[in-house]
Amino acid sequence: MLQTIAFYVFAAVIIFSALMVISSRNPVHSVLFLILAFLNAAALFILLGAEFLAWILVVVYVGAVAVLFLFVVMMLDIDFAQLRAGFMQYLPIGAIIGLVIVTELILAYLGWTTATPLGPPTATTPGVSNTEALGRVLYTDYIFYFQTAGLILLVAMIGAIVLTLRHRVGVKRQSIARQVSRVPAESIEMLEVKPGQGVS
Amino acid sequence: MTVGLTQYLIVAALLFTIGVFGIFINRKNVIIILMSIELILLSVNINFVAFSVFLGDLTGQVFALFVLTVAAAEAAIGLAILVVYFRNRGTIAVDQINMMKG
Repeated sequence: MLQTIAFYVFAAVIIFSALMVISSRNPVHSVLFLILAFLNAAALFILLGAEFLAWILVVVYVGAVAVLFLFVVMMLDIDFAQLRAGFMQYLPIGAIIGLVIVTELILAYLGWTTATPLGPPTATTPGVSNTEALGRVLYTDYIFYFQTAGLILLVAMIGAIVLTLRHRVGVKRQSIARQVSRVPAESIEMLEVKPGQGVS
Repeated sequence: MTVGLTQYLIVAALLFTIGVFGIFINRKNVIIILMSIELILLSVNINFVAFSVFLGDLTGQVFALFVLTVAAAEAAIGLAILVVYFRNRGTIAVDQINMMKG
């Protein structure tokens, strides 16, 4: 009973915050509602018994992706009011398409049965925690997929760095190699300064 | 009244629809479009995990993990492109990206 109430509360908060993400005037509020949606999705995963994915969702999304969004929103100096100009213009067509999609999906779910009968929700085999069971599968059967995921992250990291790196001209930079290779002969010059003339 | 697979699928369907709707109504603001894509991927993840749990098969959770990885990579690259675009054009209105006339 408590689980049912919790499910409906979390689901309602997810839907509400998703609506706020797409309709909020201030993009910072949008990002904060996105964080709320992800936190509640993590709570749904915990209700299902998938603890590892729940915490990964919190760490990856709330800790990394949402903060990245927040940085970008706050870093760019954008007139967001001007960007919302066509908001009402696209509302009817968007509403029609959304209504069509949700009707189709719910009709498909209601008149649909699985080939294998659905058992009670079991996140894992008994006696083994969800994280351990996931690790056993991930590091044996899916090891190549796991490595590919790592490769994708590496490529994404290099791509993001290459895209945003810029070399500005006219900026003084430290060149350690030049500093180390300096010798007194080329650094110090002896001058004989005549009185009343100074050094030019 | 117990919570079955259908309830989770309906939540995911609503979330997916809100994501698609968000792309439609925020045609200019690419930041909101990226957030809508994140919402869509989250709904896909909810579907994967719900099926995985109710069918008693861990493969769905493994796949959800990979979806998460790709979503993080996509967000990083997308925001990097956004920053470069803003640096060059001074705006992020995506309805004006037609310089290449492709």
